[in-house]
Amino acid sequence: MAAVQWHSRVRRYAAEKQSCALEVVPVEMGDYHPLKFFTVSRAQPHIDPYVTDSKSRRGARKGSTSSTSSSSSSSVAPDPLSCMMDGTDPLSMFAAASASEPSLALSHSVSTGELGRGKRKEEDEVALDFEPWSSKRGEILARFTTTEKLSINLFMGSDKGKAPGPGSSAVSEKVRTRLEELDDLEEGSQRELLNLSQQDYVKRIEELNQSLKEAWASDQKVKALKIVIQCSKLLSDTDVIQFYPSKFVLITDILDTFGRLVYDRIWSMCSDPHPLPETFTADEVNDTAKETCLNWFFKIASIRELISRLYVEIALLKCNCFLTKCGIQETLPRLTAMIRGIGDPLVAVYARAYLCRIGMEVAPHLKDSLNQNFFDLLGTFRQIHGDSVQNQLVLQRVEIPVYLTLYSPAIHWILQCVSYRAPEPLLTEMMERCKSLGNNALLLNSVIWAFRAEFIATRATDFIGMIKDCDETGFPKHLLFGSLGRSLACADPPEAERLPILNEAWKVITKVRNPQDYVNCAEIWVEFTCRHFTKREVNTVLSDIIKHMTPDRAFEDAYPQLQSVIRKILTYFHDFSVLFSMERFLPFMDMFQKDSVRVEVCRSIMEVFIKHQHEPTRDPVILNALLHVCKTMHDSVNALTLDDERRSLALLINGFIRMVSFGRDFEQQLSFCVEARATFCNLEPVLVQLIHTVNHLAMETRRVMMGNHSRKTAAFVRACAAYSFITAPSLTSIFCRLNLYLLSGQVALANQCLSQADAFLKAAVSLLPEVPRSISIEGKLRSSEGFLLEFINNFLSTLLVAPDHPEAGVLYLVRGLLNMVQDYTWDDSSDAKVHLYISAIPLLAAMSQETYLYCIPKVDSNETLYGGDPKFLSEINKLCETLIGQVLDHLKILGRDECVRRQSSLAFSLFSCLLAHGDLGTNKLNQLVVNLWNLSHKHGYCDTQTSVRTLEFVKHLARQPNMPHISDMVQRLTLQSRT
Amino acid sequence: MSASLDIRLKRANKVYHEGEVLAGVVVIVSKDTVQHQGISLTMEGLVNLQLSSKSVGVFEAFYNSVKPIQLITSNIEVVKPGKVPGGKTEIPFEFPLHTKGNKVLYDTYHGVFVNIQYTLRCDMKRSLLAKDLSKTCEFMVHCQPQKSKLQPTPVDFNITPETLQNARERSFLPKFLIRGHLDVTNCVISQPLTGELVVQSSDVAIKSIELQLVRVETCGCAEGYARDATEIQNIQIAEGDVCHSLPIPIYMVFPRLFTCPTLETTNFKIEFEVNVVIVFHDDHLITENFPLKLCRV
Repeated sequence: MAAVQWHSRVRRYAAEKQSCALEVVPVEMGDYHPLKFFTVSRAQPHIDPYVTDSKSRRGARKGSTSSTSSSSSSSVAPDPLSCMMDGTDPLSMFAAASASEPSLALSHSVSTGELGRGKRKEEDEVALDFEPWSSKRGEILARFTTTEKLSINLFMGSDKGKAPGPGSSAVSEKVRTRLEELDDLEEGSQRELLNLSQQDYVKRIEELNQSLKEAWASDQKVKALKIVIQCSKLLSDTDVIQFYPSKFVLITDILDTFGRLVYDRIWSMCSDPHPLPETFTADEVNDTAKETCLNWFFKIASIRELISRLYVEIALLKCNCFLTKCGIQETLPRLTAMIRGIGDPLVAVYARAYLCRIGMEVAPHLKDSLNQNFFDLLGTFRQIHGDSVQNQLVLQRVEIPVYLTLYSPAIHWILQCVSYRAPEPLLTEMMERCKSLGNNALLLNSVIWAFRAEFIATRATDFIGMIKDCDETGFPKHLLFGSLGRSLACADPPEAERLPILNEAWKVITKVRNPQDYVNCAEIWVEFTCRHFTKREVNTVLSDIIKHMTPDRAFEDAYPQLQSVIRKILTYFHDFSVLFSMERFLPFMDMFQKDSVRVEVCRSIMEVFIKHQHEPTRDPVILNALLHVCKTMHDSVNALTLDDERRSLALLINGFIRMVSFGRDFEQQLSFCVEARATFCNLEPVLVQLIHTVNHLAMETRRVMMGNHSRKTAAFVRACAAYSFITAPSLTSIFCRLNLYLLSGQVALANQCLSQADAFLKAAVSLLPEVPRSISIEGKLRSSEGFLLEFINNFLSTLLVAPDHPEAGVLYLVRGLLNMVQDYTWDDSSDAKVHLYISAIPLLAAMSQETYLYCIPKVDSNETLYGGDPKFLSEINKLCETLIGQVLDHLKILGRDECVRRQSSLAFSLFSCLLAHGDLGTNKLNQLVVNLWNLSHKHGYCDTQTSVRTLEFVKHLARQPNMPHISDMVQRLTLQSRT
Repeated sequence: MSASLDIRLKRANKVYHEGEVLAGVVVIVSKDTVQHQGISLTMEGLVNLQLSSKSVGVFEAFYNSVKPIQLITSNIEVVKPGKVPGGKTEIPFEFPLHTKGNKVLYDTYHGVFVNIQYTLRCDMKRSLLAKDLSKTCEFMVHCQPQKSKLQPTPVDFNITPETLQNARERSFLPKFLIRGHLDVTNCVISQPLTGELVVQSSDVAIKSIELQLVRVETCGCAEGYARDATEIQNIQIAEGDVCHSLPIPIYMVFPRLFTCPTLETTNFKIEFEVNVVIVFHDDHLITENFPLKLCRV
């Protein structure tokens, strides 16, 4: 096809806008509007930096001076969506409610208990506020460990003669052989296992649990019972006494399994015609089930050893309900009394704990035996200091304080059961009873631990007195103060007593020699201090901790506790100026010398900062401290750091950078950014954030100067541009760089820094060839074409206002861009290049107008520079003609290559472009347009609907004045029917 | 040959009293039809007496005279010779538990030298080629409750070095004082033996306190008798050095089958005793014996 002669259509933007604008309908207050919800919650602006930038960019293009950037105060939370949804989303509210519930249950809070009592008349049920055994279990297993060798003594066959079948001659031959068979079965496992490590021991016990289940499943009930008896017998053995609590936990697990198995089996025997209801009476149980149950009880009653008999009977306590209505009620006191027969106080107290536990599970309303258990415990308390215990301790080389702590879990548990929803007078009575015993530190500790925190808190001063009166040699005092501190952290003592309490407590704590003991205790009391006192007291506490933990680098073993101290302080002190004005806070931080811990601590500080700092700050104390904190986080990044980790660290640092504002002191802000860039050079998202911050700073300066830069501010904004220009190249993501160049170029233009803008745009253009064909997005390789098209289109619209460089040729940026497009190695199967050519035509058309669609205040665009010089116009026209020629060539190639579908759509694009922007008054162009229309419809690939609507538009154009040529053209545009 | 024979009693606990009816079903399970020469049921109650080996020499003279005493016997033919169809066949039966003459049905008792046992045997006679089938099942008999009201007879006891009877060197004995009481000694067999024990003081640590249930069986006749005491069970009530002056419960359930109401007949006697055994740390034993009278109410 011969070259066409291009003339841009003359546009009158203002008139066009008026004729095209929709009627404006005001929205009344009460009217429904789909966007209304969001506009309301955005009243307080949480603006993401990107939003800000896009606004200012649009503002720059449209030429509105200041209104847009004024609303861009810095954002509060890193994620604007999350704060938008806060509380209004039913799902998240539900989640929040359920999340808060367990925490209430854990801190032995009475308020939920009161609530529950109101709702539920019956106290039969143990509510959620009762801390279950399962949560204690793990704690005990973790705490009571040993490195000594253990042994399991299993003589499965040992009670051959004494077992339920003593008489031999009478037992029928068959029964006897069966019994012998069973004994034989056990022969393999009936030996003493010596020298087991703790792990082996635990494994063995687990094996026993397994073999119990297997025996049960294979109907070997006698074997199952034997396993259980032998296991419970292990509990009478107090060798390796430090391990006893854990042993108790392991073995009671087996007993629980056994109890459940027996109960379920008897239950299933009853379900023959129809299953038993949830709450049944003994009358509903059939005879066979009763007989089986009775058999179990007779069998257990003949177990020789007291401890085995007790434990197995407790395990089967629940089965009593099959026999009689008040079976449990009668059995509990008897079992309670039977425990008196256990001489070893440690064994006895754990047996009591087990009885209380099962009692609570099976019959929580029977409180009397719980209380009786506690009173019996008090009665036998002197046993702990008896000769036989002392001899044993000497033999095992265990210190008294260590020995006493072994009691804690059991006594805690018993007291927890006793005090659960117990009336105040009962608690007072219990306390008095404890007080009356000599050396009651152990009991006192459990009382403080298990009783309601409110109860303890109101009597805190009394308790301190009691603790002081305790014997120093027995139970370590710091543990007592630890327990007290734990209670006081949950409930508040009377206002007036708080300071004396802290003073008294700290007086003791500070004297604790062992750093580990000290920090355990101090950590607990930090919470109380933070809760009720000011930074002065907290500072004192911190300095005391530092003093204790620094010698011999004791802090190295106490990172978890020290971390917890920081966490507690952060929960109570949200004002960072107060926090960092504590002299000892940063020295305290210095104790975290292990990198991973240090970063963790920094991270938690930053999280709290981002969450609670609502106002931008310039406080030098905060800035210095946080810069230090962030630097620590940044410095932890190395080649091995995971991407996610980098991302989250960068997010935290960005949150900090966004919160820094020096108000009108822009220069200081810039120098802060310079410093930050040097500090955080390894985290790209932080650099991106910094560039955005600096761009924002430039726009802010412009706003303050109302668009008229003074000499000083002009220099400043140029400095900003220089900052961005220097920073951007160090980013690895190419699109990130491109977008930042463009954005910074726009900002520079808006600030009348023409040569800087030029440089930015030129840099972007020269970067284009480096764009790879495919980039990795979320781990997948994707074609970069879409991104590139988007960017170039965006870039083109900026080029309209970018004035030509006086020393370079006419339209050198446009030409440069088009050259890059031409030289870029595009994917052969795509028409991206041609599409770009087509999209350059509207730009050129817009450039040839007398007044441009948009301009930047104080910047002379080409319209004024050239003033509609015909030479300039002909230059543009020539360029357009070349472009159209290129497109037409490509269309021809497509026709040859049988890519008619692509050809059709491309032809249609060009048609639309020419229709919109070309001056169709000239014959040649007119003819070309008609040809393109026909070409696009030639093979029937055109979307009919689009064609119809386009045709309507053309007809509409034809009705306009001064458009006679169009009406001619309409005649020649025909719709192609499908048939 | 896959026929199986079983007896199922109506009562789950298999306990019957004199004058009641022993009822149940004979269950025959087989794949095919079973040919048989008649099925019969035999109910029998026997007292077996045995002499302990150590007394055999002395009482050789009347060794032979110790023969089982039959308390009750009864035999019925359930089915006449014929065929039992394949599948599961249940044949109900009833035996009235009536004794002949002045004989009494004693409680079921499994002992060492005396055994009182009631059995029900089902026999299926078959032709020469097939083996006879037989199935035995034991059932319990509890005698009629005693009419007379029981007067509780509590026993208090004190154990000190002075109360010991066969201590050789009384002067070497450590000092101790153990008090206690049994709530009753004429016990109801279905209820546990209860009481309390308090270690008031003891110079030596206690290792264990146990309750030993002992049966005393006497077999004999006019010519002489053999009396043997053997342990039934041993129940520990205290382990380790128990807390002083704190009452420890005494509690023991009488095991079934191995105990019965105290029995005295012309040919044999069954009596029970309980020993409170205190084991000191140096393994010295102290035993206090209490005869019991068991009965049923």
